Amino acid sequence: MTRGENKKKKFHINNVSLLITIVLFVAMFIFGSIRYDHFFSISTFLNLFNDNAYLMIAGIGETFVLITGGIDISISSTVAFTGVFMAHCLEKGMPAFVVICLALLIGITVGAVQGSLIHYFKLQPFIVTLAGQFLMRGLCVVISEASIPINDSFFKGMALGRIPISFGEAKPLNGKIYYYVLIVMVVLLVSIFVLKKLAFGRAIYAVGGNEQSAALMGLNVARTKIGVYIISSFCAALAGIVFSFYTLAGYGLQNMGMELDAISSAVIGGTLLTGGVGSVFGTMVGAMIQGIIQTIVTYENLNTWWTKVTIAGLLCLFIVIQRVIAVRADAMKGKATAE
Amino acid sequence: MSNQEKLLTMTGISKSFGKAVKALDNVQFELNAGEIHALLGENGAGKSTLIKVLTGVEERDKGEITLDGKTIHPRSTDEAQKVGISTVYQEVNLCPNLSVAENIYIGRAPKTKFGGMDWKKMNADASKLLSGFGLNLNVQANLDNYSVAIQQMIAIARASDIKAKVLILDEPTSSLSQAEVNKLFEVMKKLKAEGMGIIFVTHFLDQVYEVTDRITVLRNGAYVGTYNTSDLPRMELVSKMIGKDYAALNKSVLDSKAEKKGSDKGEPFVKLDNVSHQGTINNIDMDIHKGEVLGLSGLLGSGRSETARVIFGLDSVSEGELKIKGEKVNFKHPIDAIRKDIAFCPEDRKTDGIIGDLSIRDNIVLALQTKKGLFKKISKKEAQILADKYIEQLEIKTPNADQLIKNLSGGNQQKVILARWLATNPELLMLDEPTRGIDVGTKAEIQKIVIDLASEGMAVLFISSELDEEIRCCQKIIVLRDMQQAGEVSDEEISQSAVMEIMAGGDNA
Ligand SMILES: Nc1ncnc2c1ncn2[C@@H]1O[C@H](COP(=O)(O)OP(=O)(O)OP(=O)(O)O)[C@@H](O)[C@H]1O
Ligand SMILES: [Mg+2]
Repeated sequence: MTRGENKKKKFHINNVSLLITIVLFVAMFIFGSIRYDHFFSISTFLNLFNDNAYLMIAGIGETFVLITGGIDISISSTVAFTGVFMAHCLEKGMPAFVVICLALLIGITVGAVQGSLIHYFKLQPFIVTLAGQFLMRGLCVVISEASIPINDSFFKGMALGRIPISFGEAKPLNGKIYYYVLIVMVVLLVSIFVLKKLAFGRAIYAVGGNEQSAALMGLNVARTKIGVYIISSFCAALAGIVFSFYTLAGYGLQNMGMELDAISSAVIGGTLLTGGVGSVFGTMVGAMIQGIIQTIVTYENLNTWWTKVTIAGLLCLFIVIQRVIAVRADAMKGKATAE
Repeated sequence: MSNQEKLLTMTGISKSFGKAVKALDNVQFELNAGEIHALLGENGAGKSTLIKVLTGVEERDKGEITLDGKTIHPRSTDEAQKVGISTVYQEVNLCPNLSVAENIYIGRAPKTKFGGMDWKKMNADASKLLSGFGLNLNVQANLDNYSVAIQQMIAIARASDIKAKVLILDEPTSSLSQAEVNKLFEVMKKLKAEGMGIIFVTHFLDQVYEVTDRITVLRNGAYVGTYNTSDLPRMELVSKMIGKDYAALNKSVLDSKAEKKGSDKGEPFVKLDNVSHQGTINNIDMDIHKGEVLGLSGLLGSGRSETARVIFGLDSVSEGELKIKGEKVNFKHPIDAIRKDIAFCPEDRKTDGIIGDLSIRDNIVLALQTKKGLFKKISKKEAQILADKYIEQLEIKTPNADQLIKNLSGGNQQKVILARWLATNPELLMLDEPTRGIDVGTKAEIQKIVIDLASEGMAVLFISSELDEEIRCCQKIIVLRDMQQAGEVSDEEISQSAVMEIMAGGDNA
């Protein structure tokens, strides 16, 4: 077998699945553009970011955990809790900067505790983060049962501040992004760098591939595993901040079930729930697909639950696709030869 | 070896697992710089445990370790590497989802100016390193694209490249071909000349005499002694390892083979009529009779295991006919073959086969249960009787049948898998490298069992890379070359040279 052939065969689960996702996204966009007037525009595209920024951030954080083969279902509560917590503190007159730092700190702490429990006590990630989910949801209500509005000027500035983006005179060529979309971009770029270029990031994949092997290769498994839960909760806290920019309120029952949106974004984007394979860019595209389904549903004037139904169908489809690719890859295993 | 400096000493090492298993009892070990030191002993003697204790994977109960005169106490592989001990463990210890290059360099990859990993340099380095082992791979491909043998070489390349004072290889050669072993020895000798101390665990005694300077023998977790390789004759070494007279054991194998000559040759149990499977075997024509041990010989990749796979329904017959007891069959699935009383103990037991979290008993009855179907449950009592029988017969070293299989030594895990297939009491038993990683004493026992089973009327297909083993067990040996039948030898004609000649192509080339 020559090297060239070998490379062609090296079409892995992640990139095939991601490719399908991207194609699907483009297809949906074209479908929308043909079917509805005004759909085809820069602004439709940019609104996917404007409306789903918090989901993208949380999904990227979740992806880190999924790659190690774990799961974090506490993120939706973390988002809600940081929202309520910040609204409460701002109401008491604390400065925005301090409140934001505190919220991020809460995220880091929650992640560190969950990660340590999972690693050192060998507990199931699902159970630990389920407990975390209940705990933080409960704490929301302890702070306030009702929705607390945010009147802070910095938050208001972030809620309204946007950057116009224009490619010409025509209306479809103009759009805008909110400032907080820049946060998504930063999180995305940093995550790509960490996962692709840092020893810590590669250890995440190694742990997902085979935890025992990773330890025997001399990698620091404890640091890696606790690290990903910290990242996940930190991103959830950040998503909570962005979400409060978006809604200008903190409400304890907000974002129920959002962890599942984040997880499905990752899966649609090519991340394997069994660990070892996945990319944050894929998760981004996964979140955009969910966004575009939402947009189409709105244009169709359907009940928003149709979004969920479509996503559920999509999710099943993707799991089957991944399975098929995995089975085919399995058949190839061990077959490559040295030259 | 007298003027060499002591590099590593271990004294008074003890380690127990629970109350029942005393894996190491007051063991000592000493390694010089620039030395290759064999660590030998039966399956379950404690070799791997000693290595795990040394490298911090297991915490020792007692004992002292010094490296370069300083006391050390690593708590993880990571810490062991930092003080200069690099290890290839017996279990495969790489990540299948990462590229070949990453598996070699993860944790210590070259960096760019910006602090990120330098993938380009890493890939180039990996290619260069591997070519030193005679491997020309696509280093960007995922590890699991390659065979276990190549993965093993990659693990060795990784460990040898870590700038260490001590290199530990725990049964590195059990899945390698002769050519790969030779390459490995070249590298080991080079590292030795550079002053590295190498600990080498193996069950191949030829290899011990080929590369090692000294030998330390363990038996039942206890230290037996350390000897210069050149001063210790082979028979004596084996006797030290197994603690009984090897010559007698060996003789009993040969006797039982001689006894059972001339089995009946009626209709063959399995008949392969010009059988091919696209890309793995071509036009194989052979019969396996009941009461016969048929050997399949040939180099790695010559189609030995692939032939067994076709008979077992893992690969389909793309041309030709497969007949069981004269009746044409078309197996779609191994279960079809199992129902026809065929058993196949595969080669790659490290990854297939073992279900670590089940007990020995459950692992043994697994195939039998499948054969019976899920609704005819084997009672616990029956299972216990079976398990006890095989634990005794195969000398599986364990306190009881409830032990989880993952807690057994590597060789003993293999015996359990062998027992699993023996327990189905098949009419045709196919064994692919059944004695890999199994110590010399038990090897002879297994050979004897195979011969006895055949004399009781079982048909056996025996695949082994160790020629002398095939010669001892088989009445007939079919030699494969390049996925085709190259020739066969039987009865009196069987000899090392006859088989090798066909293998090399001297017969009809
Ligand atoms: N985690 C564990 N729990 C319980 N028993 C164990 C564990 N690890 C090893 N043992 C036992 O310790 C003994 C020594 O095992 P070890 O793996 O060191 O043998 P070994 O000499 O390497 O044998 P082999 O040649 O088969 O690899 C065995 O009886 C094994 O069953
Ligand atoms: Mg061992």
